[in-house]
Amino acid sequence: MADILVLATSTAGVVDEVALQAITFGRRMAAAGAVHVFVAGDEAAAGALAGSGATRVHLARHDAFATFAPDAVAAALWQVAGEIRPAAIVGPGTEAGNTILARTAARAGLPFAANCVALTLGEPSTLTRLRWGGSLQEEAILRGRPAIASLAPHVVAAETADAAAPEVAPFTPALADADLVVRVVDRVPAASGGVSLADAKVVVSGGRGVGSADGFAPIEELAALLGAAVGCSRAVTMAGWRSHTDQVGQTGTKIAPNLYIACGISGATQHMAGAKGAKKLLAINKDAEAPIMAAADYAVIGDLHEIVPAISAEIRRVRGG
Amino acid sequence: MKVLVAVKSVPAVAGRIGLTPDERAIDTKHLSFTISPHEECAVEEAVRLIEKGGGDSVVVTLGPEAAVEQLRDALALGIARGIHLVTDGEEWDPESTAGAIVEAIRADEAESGPFDLILMGNESADSAGYQVAVRVAAALGRPVVTTIKGLAVDGRTVRCEQEASGGRDVFSLPLPAVVAVLEGLNLPRFPSVPGRLRAKSKPIATSRPARPEQRLEMQRLVVPQGATKQAEILGHGAEAAPKVVEVLSGLGLV
Repeated sequence: MADILVLATSTAGVVDEVALQAITFGRRMAAAGAVHVFVAGDEAAAGALAGSGATRVHLARHDAFATFAPDAVAAALWQVAGEIRPAAIVGPGTEAGNTILARTAARAGLPFAANCVALTLGEPSTLTRLRWGGSLQEEAILRGRPAIASLAPHVVAAETADAAAPEVAPFTPALADADLVVRVVDRVPAASGGVSLADAKVVVSGGRGVGSADGFAPIEELAALLGAAVGCSRAVTMAGWRSHTDQVGQTGTKIAPNLYIACGISGATQHMAGAKGAKKLLAINKDAEAPIMAAADYAVIGDLHEIVPAISAEIRRVRGG
Repeated sequence: MKVLVAVKSVPAVAGRIGLTPDERAIDTKHLSFTISPHEECAVEEAVRLIEKGGGDSVVVTLGPEAAVEQLRDALALGIARGIHLVTDGEEWDPESTAGAIVEAIRADEAESGPFDLILMGNESADSAGYQVAVRVAAALGRPVVTTIKGLAVDGRTVRCEQEASGGRDVFSLPLPAVVAVLEGLNLPRFPSVPGRLRAKSKPIATSRPARPEQRLEMQRLVVPQGATKQAEILGHGAEAAPKVVEVLSGLGLV
Protein backbone atom coordinates (compact mmCIF):
# COMPACT_ATOMS: atom_id res chain seq x y z
CA MET A 1 0.00 0.00 0.00
CA ALA A 2 1.28 3.37 -1.00
CA ASP A 3 -0.09 6.81 -1.68
CA ILE A 4 0.39 7.89 -5.28
CA LEU A 5 0.28 11.38 -6.78
CA VAL A 6 -0.84 11.57 -10.40
CA LEU A 7 -0.28 14.57 -12.68
CA ALA A 8 -3.46 15.03 -14.73
CA THR A 9 -2.91 17.30 -17.72
CA SER A 10 -6.01 18.60 -19.45
CA THR A 11 -7.16 20.67 -22.39
CA ALA A 12 -10.04 23.13 -21.94
CA GLY A 13 -11.89 21.17 -19.27
CA VAL A 14 -11.16 17.70 -20.63
CA VAL A 15 -8.60 15.49 -18.88
CA ASP A 16 -6.13 14.12 -21.45
CA GLU A 17 -6.67 10.46 -22.33
CA VAL A 18 -3.12 9.49 -21.39
CA ALA A 19 -3.57 11.26 -18.03
CA LEU A 20 -6.64 9.05 -17.38
CA GLN A 21 -4.44 6.07 -18.26
CA ALA A 22 -1.88 7.36 -15.75
CA ILE A 23 -4.57 7.53 -13.05
CA THR A 24 -5.42 3.87 -13.71
CA PHE A 25 -1.68 3.08 -13.61
CA GLY A 26 -1.44 4.95 -10.30
CA ARG A 27 -4.45 3.10 -8.87
CA ARG A 28 -2.83 -0.26 -9.55
CA MET A 29 0.34 0.87 -7.78
CA ALA A 30 -1.56 2.37 -4.86
CA ALA A 31 -3.50 -0.83 -4.14
CA ALA A 32 -5.30 0.18 -0.92
CA GLY A 33 -3.44 3.50 -0.71
CA ALA A 34 -4.83 6.84 -1.77
CA VAL A 35 -4.69 8.13 -5.33
CA HIS A 36 -4.12 11.87 -5.28
CA VAL A 37 -4.70 13.61 -8.60
CA PHE A 38 -3.16 17.00 -9.35
CA VAL A 39 -4.79 19.45 -11.79
CA ALA A 40 -3.29 22.86 -12.63
CA GLY A 41 -5.89 25.58 -13.05
CA ASP A 42 -8.53 23.67 -15.00
CA GLU A 43 -11.64 23.76 -12.74
CA ALA A 44 -13.82 21.82 -15.17
CA ALA A 45 -11.23 19.05 -15.56
CA ALA A 46 -10.83 18.78 -11.78
CA GLY A 47 -14.59 18.38 -11.47
CA ALA A 48 -14.74 15.70 -14.17
CA LEU A 49 -12.75 13.02 -12.36
CA ALA A 50 -15.68 11.07 -10.91
CA GLY A 51 -15.21 7.43 -11.86
CA SER A 52 -11.51 7.87 -12.55
CA GLY A 53 -10.51 6.22 -9.29
CA ALA A 54 -9.04 9.40 -7.81
CA THR A 55 -9.33 9.58 -4.03
CA ARG A 56 -8.72 13.29 -3.86
CA VAL A 57 -8.18 16.00 -6.47
CA HIS A 58 -5.71 18.79 -5.73
CA LEU A 59 -6.72 21.77 -7.83
CA ALA A 60 -4.02 24.44 -8.05
CA ARG A 61 -5.50 27.88 -8.64
CA HIS A 62 -3.26 30.65 -9.94
CA ASP A 63 -3.27 33.23 -12.75
CA ALA A 64 -0.09 31.51 -14.01
CA PHE A 65 -2.20 28.58 -15.25
CA ALA A 66 -4.17 30.68 -17.76
CA THR A 67 -1.73 29.40 -20.41
CA PHE A 68 0.77 26.55 -20.37
CA ALA A 69 3.50 27.39 -17.84
CA PRO A 70 5.42 24.16 -17.15
CA ASP A 71 7.66 25.44 -14.33
CA ALA A 72 4.65 26.83 -12.47
CA VAL A 73 2.87 23.49 -12.85
CA ALA A 74 5.97 21.62 -11.63
CA ALA A 75 6.31 23.95 -8.63
CA ALA A 76 2.68 23.42 -7.63
CA LEU A 77 2.89 19.65 -8.16
CA TRP A 78 6.00 19.42 -5.99
CA GLN A 79 4.27 21.51 -3.34
CA VAL A 80 1.44 18.92 -3.17
CA ALA A 81 4.04 16.14 -2.99
CA GLY A 82 5.60 17.91 -0.01
CA GLU A 83 2.28 17.74 1.82
CA ILE A 84 1.12 14.21 1.04
CA ARG A 85 4.53 12.49 0.79
CA PRO A 86 3.57 10.07 -1.98
CA ALA A 87 5.58 6.94 -2.76
CA ALA A 88 5.47 7.91 -6.43
CA ILE A 89 4.58 10.78 -8.73
CA VAL A 90 3.34 9.57 -12.10
CA GLY A 91 1.89 11.27 -15.13
CA PRO A 92 1.25 10.96 -18.83
CA GLY A 93 4.22 10.23 -21.11
CA THR A 94 3.14 13.00 -23.46
CA GLU A 95 5.35 15.96 -24.36
CA ALA A 96 3.58 18.11 -21.74
CA GLY A 97 3.63 15.37 -19.10
CA ASN A 98 7.30 14.56 -19.66
CA THR A 99 8.46 18.17 -19.51
CA ILE A 100 6.46 18.84 -16.32
CA LEU A 101 7.75 15.69 -14.61
CA ALA A 102 11.35 16.36 -15.76
CA ARG A 103 11.07 19.85 -14.28
CA THR A 104 9.60 18.42 -11.07
CA ALA A 105 12.45 15.91 -10.80
CA ALA A 106 15.12 18.55 -11.50
CA ARG A 107 13.56 20.79 -8.85
CA ALA A 108 13.40 17.92 -6.37
CA GLY A 109 16.86 16.58 -7.14
CA LEU A 110 15.42 13.18 -7.99
CA PRO A 111 15.75 10.81 -10.94
CA PHE A 112 12.93 10.59 -13.51
CA ALA A 113 12.02 7.69 -15.79
CA ALA A 114 10.07 8.69 -18.90
CA ASN A 115 7.70 6.48 -20.87
CA CYS A 116 7.43 3.52 -18.52
CA VAL A 117 5.23 0.53 -19.29
CA ALA A 118 5.63 -1.00 -15.82
CA LEU A 119 6.77 0.26 -12.43
CA THR A 120 7.14 -1.68 -9.17
CA LEU A 121 7.81 0.49 -6.15
CA GLY A 122 10.55 -0.52 -3.74
CA GLU A 123 14.05 0.29 -2.60
CA PRO A 124 15.06 0.56 -5.36
CA SER A 125 12.04 0.58 -7.66
CA THR A 126 12.14 -1.53 -10.79
CA LEU A 127 10.64 -0.51 -14.09
CA THR A 128 10.36 -1.20 -17.78
CA ARG A 129 10.45 1.73 -20.17
CA LEU A 130 10.46 2.40 -23.89
CA ARG A 131 13.49 3.20 -26.00
CA TRP A 132 13.76 3.86 -29.73
CA GLY A 133 10.14 4.94 -29.93
CA GLY A 134 9.04 1.57 -28.54
CA SER A 135 11.17 -0.60 -30.83
CA LEU A 136 13.20 -1.55 -27.77
CA GLN A 137 12.45 -1.82 -24.06
CA GLU A 138 14.73 -1.26 -21.11
CA GLU A 139 14.50 -2.92 -17.70
CA ALA A 140 15.95 -0.53 -15.16
CA ILE A 141 16.16 0.30 -11.50
CA LEU A 142 15.22 3.70 -10.12
CA ARG A 143 16.79 4.95 -6.91
CA GLY A 144 14.78 7.81 -5.48
CA ARG A 145 11.69 8.47 -3.41
CA PRO A 146 9.19 9.54 -4.43
CA ALA A 147 9.72 7.58 -7.64
CA ILE A 148 9.00 9.97 -10.52
CA ALA A 149 7.87 8.35 -13.76
CA SER A 150 5.71 8.93 -16.80
CA LEU A 151 3.51 6.29 -18.36
CA ALA A 152 4.01 5.62 -22.06
CA PRO A 153 0.85 6.47 -24.02
CA HIS A 154 -1.68 3.73 -24.72
CA VAL A 155 -0.05 0.82 -22.93
CA VAL A 156 -2.59 0.89 -20.08
CA ALA A 157 -6.29 1.31 -20.82
CA ALA A 158 -8.07 3.87 -18.64
CA GLU A 159 -10.51 1.97 -16.43
CA THR A 160 -13.44 3.51 -14.62
CA ALA A 161 -13.83 2.83 -10.92
CA ASP A 162 -17.15 2.71 -9.07
CA ALA A 163 -16.27 4.96 -6.24
CA ALA A 164 -17.74 8.17 -4.97
CA ALA A 165 -16.73 11.34 -6.80
CA PRO A 166 -13.44 12.49 -5.33
CA GLU A 167 -13.25 15.51 -3.12
CA VAL A 168 -11.79 18.50 -4.96
CA ALA A 169 -9.36 20.41 -2.75
CA PRO A 170 -8.44 23.80 -4.24
CA PHE A 171 -5.26 25.51 -3.13
CA THR A 172 -3.12 28.46 -4.19
CA PRO A 173 0.47 27.42 -4.78
CA ALA A 174 3.33 29.66 -3.73
CA LEU A 175 5.11 30.45 -6.98
CA ALA A 176 8.40 32.29 -7.39
CA ASP A 177 8.98 34.80 -10.19
CA ALA A 178 11.33 32.30 -11.84
CA ASP A 179 8.40 29.84 -12.12
CA LEU A 180 6.52 32.31 -14.32
CA VAL A 181 9.21 33.04 -16.93
CA VAL A 182 8.42 30.07 -19.16
CA ARG A 183 4.84 30.38 -20.35
CA VAL A 184 2.88 30.47 -23.56
CA VAL A 185 2.48 34.11 -24.58
CA ASP A 186 0.79 33.69 -27.95
CA ARG A 187 -0.98 31.20 -30.18
CA VAL A 188 -0.43 31.09 -33.94
CA PRO A 189 -3.36 29.36 -35.64
CA ALA A 190 -2.50 26.53 -38.03
CA ALA A 191 -2.75 27.13 -41.74
CA SER A 192 -5.95 25.26 -42.55
CA GLY A 193 -6.27 22.76 -45.33
CA GLY A 194 -5.87 19.07 -45.93
CA VAL A 195 -6.44 16.16 -43.61
CA SER A 196 -4.36 16.16 -40.41
CA LEU A 197 -1.88 13.31 -40.51
CA ALA A 198 -2.24 12.40 -36.83
CA ASP A 199 -6.04 12.17 -37.04
CA ALA A 200 -6.42 10.79 -40.58
CA LYS A 201 -8.47 7.59 -41.02
CA VAL A 202 -6.45 6.70 -44.11
CA VAL A 203 -2.83 7.63 -44.82
CA VAL A 204 -0.94 7.09 -48.07
CA SER A 205 2.81 7.48 -47.66
CA GLY A 206 5.79 7.41 -49.95
CA GLY A 207 9.38 6.54 -49.15
CA ARG A 208 12.75 6.68 -50.81
CA GLY A 209 11.32 4.48 -53.57
CA VAL A 210 9.21 7.38 -54.82
CA GLY A 211 12.43 8.83 -56.19
CA SER A 212 11.68 12.57 -56.28
CA ALA A 213 9.36 15.33 -55.08
CA ASP A 214 7.43 15.10 -58.36
CA GLY A 215 7.10 11.36 -57.86
CA PHE A 216 4.54 12.09 -55.14
CA ALA A 217 1.90 13.21 -57.70
CA PRO A 218 0.34 9.73 -58.06
CA ILE A 219 0.44 9.27 -54.26
CA GLU A 220 -1.39 12.57 -53.80
CA GLU A 221 -3.90 11.51 -56.44
CA LEU A 222 -4.64 8.22 -54.65
CA ALA A 223 -4.85 10.02 -51.31
CA ALA A 224 -7.34 12.52 -52.73
CA LEU A 225 -9.52 9.67 -54.04
CA LEU A 226 -9.54 8.02 -50.60
CA GLY A 227 -9.89 11.23 -48.56
CA ALA A 228 -6.53 10.32 -47.09
CA ALA A 229 -3.61 12.34 -45.71
CA VAL A 230 -0.27 12.10 -47.49
CA GLY A 231 2.70 10.98 -45.44
CA CYS A 232 6.33 10.14 -46.08
CA SER A 233 9.38 8.55 -44.51
CA ARG A 234 12.36 10.35 -42.97
CA ALA A 235 14.49 9.65 -46.05
CA VAL A 236 12.03 11.75 -48.06
CA THR A 237 12.11 14.76 -45.71
CA MET A 238 15.91 14.62 -45.43
CA ALA A 239 16.08 14.70 -49.25
CA GLY A 240 13.89 17.82 -49.18
CA TRP A 241 11.11 16.22 -51.26
CA ARG A 242 8.39 16.83 -48.65
CA SER A 243 7.92 19.01 -45.60
CA HIS A 244 8.69 17.52 -42.19
CA THR A 245 5.01 17.97 -41.28
CA ASP A 246 4.32 14.99 -43.58
CA GLN A 247 6.86 12.72 -41.91
CA VAL A 248 5.57 9.57 -40.23
CA GLY A 249 7.97 8.13 -37.67
CA GLN A 250 9.76 8.21 -34.34
CA THR A 251 10.84 11.81 -34.91
CA GLY A 252 7.82 12.73 -37.01
CA THR A 253 4.10 12.24 -36.60
CA LYS A 254 2.66 9.13 -34.97
CA ILE A 255 -0.36 8.00 -36.95
CA ALA A 256 -3.27 5.69 -36.10
CA PRO A 257 -5.36 5.31 -39.28
CA ASN A 258 -7.72 2.47 -40.10
CA LEU A 259 -5.65 1.89 -43.22
CA TYR A 260 -2.05 2.79 -43.95
CA ILE A 261 -0.80 2.45 -47.51
CA ALA A 262 3.01 2.56 -47.50
CA CYS A 263 4.55 2.94 -50.96
CA GLY A 264 8.25 2.36 -51.49
CA ILE A 265 8.93 2.35 -47.74
CA SER A 266 11.31 -0.32 -46.46
CA GLY A 267 10.02 -0.22 -42.89
CA ALA A 268 13.00 1.06 -40.90
CA THR A 269 12.68 1.14 -37.10
CA GLN A 270 12.43 4.94 -37.22
CA HIS A 271 9.41 4.76 -39.55
CA MET A 272 7.58 1.88 -37.90
CA ALA A 273 7.75 3.61 -34.50
CA GLY A 274 5.33 6.17 -35.96
CA ALA A 275 3.20 3.75 -37.98
CA LYS A 276 2.49 0.98 -35.49
CA GLY A 277 -0.86 2.56 -34.54
CA ALA A 278 -2.25 1.70 -37.99
CA LYS A 279 -4.98 -0.94 -37.85
CA LYS A 280 -4.33 -2.29 -41.36
CA LEU A 281 -1.21 -1.87 -43.44
CA LEU A 282 -0.91 -2.29 -47.20
CA ALA A 283 2.71 -2.29 -48.36
CA ILE A 284 3.58 -1.58 -51.97
CA ASN A 285 7.23 -2.45 -52.50
CA LYS A 286 9.61 -3.89 -55.06
CA ASP A 287 11.29 -5.96 -52.39
CA ALA A 288 9.17 -8.83 -51.08
CA GLU A 289 11.74 -9.27 -48.28
CA ALA A 290 11.62 -5.64 -47.04
CA PRO A 291 11.18 -5.35 -43.24
CA ILE A 292 7.81 -3.65 -43.72
CA MET A 293 6.37 -6.96 -44.96
CA ALA A 294 6.59 -8.35 -41.41
CA ALA A 295 4.19 -5.61 -40.28
CA ALA A 296 1.92 -5.61 -43.36
CA ASP A 297 -1.54 -7.13 -43.64
CA TYR A 298 -1.55 -6.85 -47.43
CA ALA A 299 1.22 -6.44 -49.93
CA VAL A 300 1.63 -5.72 -53.60
CA ILE A 301 5.05 -6.54 -54.99
CA GLY A 302 6.37 -4.31 -57.75
CA ASP A 303 7.05 -0.78 -58.90
CA LEU A 304 4.90 1.76 -57.06
CA HIS A 305 5.07 4.06 -60.10
CA GLU A 306 2.98 1.51 -62.02
CA ILE A 307 0.89 0.15 -59.17
CA VAL A 308 -0.33 3.38 -57.54
CA PRO A 309 -1.76 4.95 -60.76
CA ALA A 310 -3.36 1.59 -61.61
CA ILE A 311 -5.13 1.54 -58.22
CA SER A 312 -6.39 5.10 -58.76
CA ALA A 313 -7.63 4.19 -62.23
CA GLU A 314 -9.40 1.12 -60.85
CA ILE A 315 -11.08 3.16 -58.10
CA ARG A 316 -12.37 5.59 -60.73
CA ARG A 317 -13.58 2.74 -62.91
CA VAL A 318 -15.42 1.05 -60.03
CA ARG A 319 -16.96 4.31 -58.79
CA GLY A 320 -17.92 5.36 -62.30
CA GLY A 321 -19.57 2.01 -63.03
CA MET B 1 26.41 35.50 -29.71
CA LYS B 2 27.78 32.33 -28.18
CA VAL B 3 25.88 29.11 -28.82
CA LEU B 4 26.34 25.61 -27.43
CA VAL B 5 24.78 22.57 -29.04
CA ALA B 6 24.77 19.17 -27.33
CA VAL B 7 24.68 16.00 -29.42
CA LYS B 8 24.56 12.27 -28.76
CA SER B 9 26.15 9.63 -30.91
CA VAL B 10 23.61 6.86 -31.58
CA PRO B 11 23.65 3.80 -33.85
CA ALA B 12 21.86 4.22 -37.16
CA VAL B 13 19.47 1.31 -36.66
CA ALA B 14 17.60 0.08 -39.68
CA GLY B 15 15.11 -2.76 -39.96
CA ARG B 16 15.74 -4.86 -36.91
CA ILE B 17 17.49 -4.18 -33.61
CA GLY B 18 19.86 -6.91 -32.40
CA LEU B 19 21.41 -7.06 -28.92
CA THR B 20 24.83 -8.00 -27.60
CA PRO B 21 24.98 -11.40 -25.77
CA ASP B 22 24.81 -9.70 -22.34
CA GLU B 23 21.64 -7.86 -23.50
CA ARG B 24 22.98 -4.55 -22.22
CA ALA B 25 23.62 -2.86 -25.55
CA ILE B 26 22.57 -2.86 -29.20
CA ASP B 27 24.80 -5.02 -31.35
CA THR B 28 26.46 -2.33 -33.47
CA LYS B 29 28.93 -4.57 -35.35
CA HIS B 30 27.26 -3.80 -38.67
CA LEU B 31 25.90 -0.35 -37.87
CA SER B 32 27.22 3.13 -38.46
CA PHE B 33 26.73 5.94 -35.95
CA THR B 34 24.99 9.24 -36.35
CA ILE B 35 23.93 12.34 -34.43
CA SER B 36 20.47 11.76 -32.92
CA PRO B 37 17.87 13.24 -35.37
CA HIS B 38 16.49 16.09 -33.26
CA GLU B 39 20.05 17.20 -32.55
CA GLU B 40 20.92 17.35 -36.25
CA CYS B 41 18.40 20.17 -36.38
CA ALA B 42 19.91 21.75 -33.25
CA VAL B 43 23.33 21.77 -34.95
CA GLU B 44 21.86 23.28 -38.12
CA GLU B 45 20.10 25.99 -36.11
CA ALA B 46 23.31 26.85 -34.23
CA VAL B 47 25.21 27.14 -37.51
CA ARG B 48 22.51 29.40 -39.00
CA LEU B 49 22.48 31.66 -35.93
CA ILE B 50 26.25 32.17 -36.11
CA GLU B 51 26.20 32.62 -39.90
CA LYS B 52 23.61 35.33 -39.44
CA GLY B 53 24.86 37.14 -36.36
CA GLY B 54 28.46 36.03 -35.90
CA GLY B 55 29.98 34.70 -32.71
CA ASP B 56 31.26 31.50 -31.18
CA SER B 57 29.75 28.04 -31.50
CA VAL B 58 30.60 24.93 -29.53
CA VAL B 59 29.41 21.32 -29.81
CA VAL B 60 29.56 19.03 -26.78
CA THR B 61 29.03 15.30 -26.49
CA LEU B 62 29.28 12.75 -23.70
CA GLY B 63 30.26 9.43 -25.19
CA PRO B 64 32.96 6.90 -26.00
CA GLU B 65 36.14 7.71 -27.94
CA ALA B 66 34.40 6.92 -31.23
CA ALA B 67 31.79 9.63 -30.60
CA VAL B 68 34.45 12.11 -31.75
CA GLU B 69 33.15 11.29 -35.25
CA GLN B 70 29.82 12.95 -34.42
CA LEU B 71 31.66 15.99 -33.07
CA ARG B 72 33.57 16.14 -36.39
CA ASP B 73 30.24 15.88 -38.24
CA ALA B 74 28.98 18.96 -36.41
CA LEU B 75 32.27 20.80 -36.98
CA ALA B 76 32.01 19.95 -40.69
CA LEU B 77 28.64 21.70 -40.79
CA GLY B 78 30.15 24.89 -39.40
CA ILE B 79 30.41 24.66 -35.60
CA ALA B 80 33.70 26.24 -34.48
CA ARG B 81 34.96 23.91 -31.76
CA GLY B 82 34.15 20.77 -29.81
CA ILE B 83 34.13 19.44 -26.26
CA HIS B 84 34.33 15.67 -25.84
CA LEU B 85 33.41 14.26 -22.45
CA VAL B 86 34.89 10.83 -22.93
CA THR B 87 33.27 7.75 -21.37
CA ASP B 88 34.45 4.16 -21.34
CA GLY B 89 31.36 3.18 -23.33
CA GLU B 90 29.10 2.49 -20.37
CA GLU B 91 25.73 4.25 -20.38
CA TRP B 92 25.25 7.36 -18.29
CA ASP B 93 21.79 8.09 -16.94
CA PRO B 94 20.15 11.43 -17.81
CA GLU B 95 20.95 12.96 -14.43
CA SER B 96 24.68 12.25 -14.62
CA THR B 97 24.77 13.19 -18.33
CA ALA B 98 23.29 16.56 -17.47
CA GLY B 99 25.73 16.93 -14.55
CA ALA B 100 28.77 16.35 -16.78
CA ILE B 101 27.47 18.77 -19.42
CA VAL B 102 26.86 21.42 -16.75
CA GLU B 103 30.44 21.04 -15.53
CA ALA B 104 31.72 21.46 -19.09
CA ILE B 105 29.53 24.54 -19.59
CA ARG B 106 30.76 26.15 -16.37
CA ALA B 107 34.40 25.50 -17.31
CA ASP B 108 33.94 26.96 -20.80
CA GLU B 109 32.00 29.96 -19.52
CA ALA B 110 34.69 30.69 -16.93
CA GLU B 111 37.18 30.92 -19.78
CA SER B 112 35.28 32.55 -22.63
CA GLY B 113 32.04 34.00 -21.32
CA PRO B 114 28.45 32.80 -21.03
CA PHE B 115 26.54 30.91 -23.70
CA ASP B 116 23.59 32.99 -24.84
CA LEU B 117 21.80 29.92 -26.10
CA ILE B 118 22.14 26.22 -25.35
CA LEU B 119 20.45 23.99 -27.94
CA MET B 120 19.69 20.34 -27.33
CA GLY B 121 17.50 17.63 -28.79
CA ASN B 122 14.11 17.07 -27.19
CA GLU B 123 14.98 13.42 -26.55
CA SER B 124 17.73 11.17 -27.83
CA ALA B 125 16.83 8.57 -30.46
CA ASP B 126 18.00 5.70 -28.27
CA SER B 127 17.35 6.09 -24.54
CA ALA B 128 14.92 9.05 -24.85
CA GLY B 129 14.99 10.27 -21.25
CA TYR B 130 13.22 13.59 -22.05
CA GLN B 131 15.12 15.55 -19.40
CA VAL B 132 18.78 16.42 -20.03
CA ALA B 133 18.00 19.94 -21.29
CA VAL B 134 15.62 20.57 -18.37
CA ARG B 135 18.23 19.43 -15.85
CA VAL B 136 21.01 21.49 -17.44
CA ALA B 137 18.80 24.58 -17.37
CA ALA B 138 17.76 23.97 -13.76
CA ALA B 139 21.38 23.59 -12.65
CA LEU B 140 22.36 26.81 -14.43
CA GLY B 141 19.25 28.69 -13.28
CA ARG B 142 18.18 29.44 -16.87
CA PRO B 143 14.77 29.14 -18.50
CA VAL B 144 14.15 26.13 -20.76
CA VAL B 145 11.51 25.19 -23.30
CA THR B 146 11.10 21.76 -24.86
CA THR B 147 9.42 20.35 -28.00
CA ILE B 148 10.41 23.37 -30.09
CA LYS B 149 9.88 23.49 -33.85
CA GLY B 150 10.40 27.20 -34.53
CA LEU B 151 13.07 29.51 -33.13
CA ALA B 152 14.06 33.16 -33.68
CA VAL B 153 16.52 35.26 -31.69
CA ASP B 154 15.66 38.93 -31.43
CA GLY B 155 18.10 40.96 -29.36
CA ARG B 156 18.12 39.45 -25.89
CA THR B 157 15.05 37.26 -26.29
CA VAL B 158 14.40 34.02 -28.09
CA ARG B 159 10.95 33.31 -29.52
CA CYS B 160 10.16 29.61 -29.57
CA GLU B 161 7.23 27.81 -31.16
CA GLN B 162 5.74 24.49 -30.16
CA GLU B 163 3.08 22.57 -32.07
CA ALA B 164 -0.27 22.49 -30.29
CA SER B 165 -3.71 21.34 -31.34
CA GLY B 166 -4.98 23.87 -33.84
CA GLY B 167 -1.79 25.85 -34.16
CA ARG B 168 1.48 26.74 -32.53
CA ASP B 169 2.09 27.94 -28.98
CA VAL B 170 4.67 30.70 -28.66
CA PHE B 171 7.13 31.18 -25.79
CA SER B 172 9.37 34.19 -25.39
CA LEU B 173 12.42 33.63 -23.20
CA PRO B 174 15.08 36.04 -22.04
CA LEU B 175 18.64 35.00 -22.94
CA PRO B 176 20.60 33.15 -21.73
CA ALA B 177 18.24 30.21 -22.24
CA VAL B 178 18.12 26.51 -23.01
CA VAL B 179 15.99 25.21 -25.89
CA ALA B 180 15.24 21.54 -26.62
CA VAL B 181 14.27 21.15 -30.25
CA LEU B 182 12.48 18.66 -32.47
CA GLU B 183 13.30 17.45 -35.94
CA GLY B 184 11.42 19.66 -38.41
CA LEU B 185 12.84 22.85 -36.88
CA ASN B 186 14.79 23.19 -40.12
CA LEU B 187 16.17 21.04 -42.92
CA PRO B 188 19.79 20.24 -41.98
CA ARG B 189 22.37 20.73 -44.71
CA PHE B 190 24.77 18.02 -45.81
CA PRO B 191 28.44 18.57 -44.99
CA SER B 192 30.56 19.83 -47.88
CA VAL B 193 33.98 18.41 -48.73
CA PRO B 194 35.74 21.66 -47.72
CA GLY B 195 33.68 21.59 -44.52
CA ARG B 196 34.90 18.06 -43.79
CA LEU B 197 38.48 19.14 -44.40
CA ARG B 198 38.18 22.20 -42.18
CA ALA B 199 36.64 20.08 -39.41
CA LYS B 200 39.87 18.05 -39.17
CA SER B 201 41.79 21.04 -37.86
CA LYS B 202 39.12 22.49 -35.57
CA PRO B 203 39.89 22.17 -31.85
CA ILE B 204 38.27 19.49 -29.70
CA ALA B 205 38.89 19.69 -25.96
CA THR B 206 38.65 16.34 -24.19
CA SER B 207 38.16 15.38 -20.56
CA ARG B 208 37.15 12.22 -18.75
CA PRO B 209 34.50 12.97 -16.13
CA ALA B 210 33.96 10.39 -13.39
CA ARG B 211 30.73 8.42 -13.73
CA PRO B 212 28.62 8.97 -10.60
CA GLU B 213 26.29 6.43 -9.03
CA GLN B 214 23.42 5.86 -11.45
CA ARG B 215 19.96 6.51 -10.06
CA LEU B 216 18.18 5.38 -13.23
CA GLU B 217 20.20 2.33 -14.13
CA MET B 218 19.56 0.10 -17.10
CA GLN B 219 19.71 -3.59 -16.23
CA ARG B 220 18.94 -5.17 -19.57
CA LEU B 221 17.39 -4.46 -22.92
CA VAL B 222 14.53 -6.40 -24.43
CA VAL B 223 13.38 -6.47 -28.04
CA PRO B 224 9.59 -6.59 -27.75
CA GLN B 225 7.98 -9.44 -29.60
CA GLY B 226 6.09 -7.54 -32.26
CA ALA B 227 3.23 -9.50 -33.79
CA THR B 228 4.95 -10.62 -36.98
CA LYS B 229 2.29 -10.80 -39.64
CA GLN B 230 2.12 -12.88 -42.73
CA ALA B 231 1.13 -10.29 -45.34
CA GLU B 232 -1.48 -11.43 -47.84
CA ILE B 233 0.15 -10.87 -51.23
CA LEU B 234 -2.50 -9.23 -53.40
CA GLY B 235 -0.41 -9.58 -56.53
CA HIS B 236 2.50 -8.30 -58.52
CA GLY B 237 2.61 -5.00 -60.42
CA ALA B 238 -0.30 -3.06 -61.87
CA GLU B 239 -2.35 -6.23 -62.34
CA ALA B 240 -2.92 -6.31 -58.58
CA ALA B 241 -5.05 -3.13 -58.75
CA PRO B 242 -8.50 -4.84 -58.86
CA LYS B 243 -7.55 -6.98 -55.86
CA VAL B 244 -6.40 -3.87 -53.98
CA VAL B 245 -9.67 -2.11 -54.74
CA GLU B 246 -11.57 -5.17 -53.44
CA VAL B 247 -9.71 -4.78 -50.15
CA LEU B 248 -10.42 -1.03 -50.13
CA SER B 249 -14.12 -1.76 -50.76
CA GLY B 250 -14.11 -4.22 -47.88
CA LEU B 251 -12.87 -1.40 -45.67
CA GLY B 252 -15.66 0.87 -46.91
CA LEU B 253 -13.32 3.18 -48.81
CA VAL B 254 -14.49 2.68 -52.38
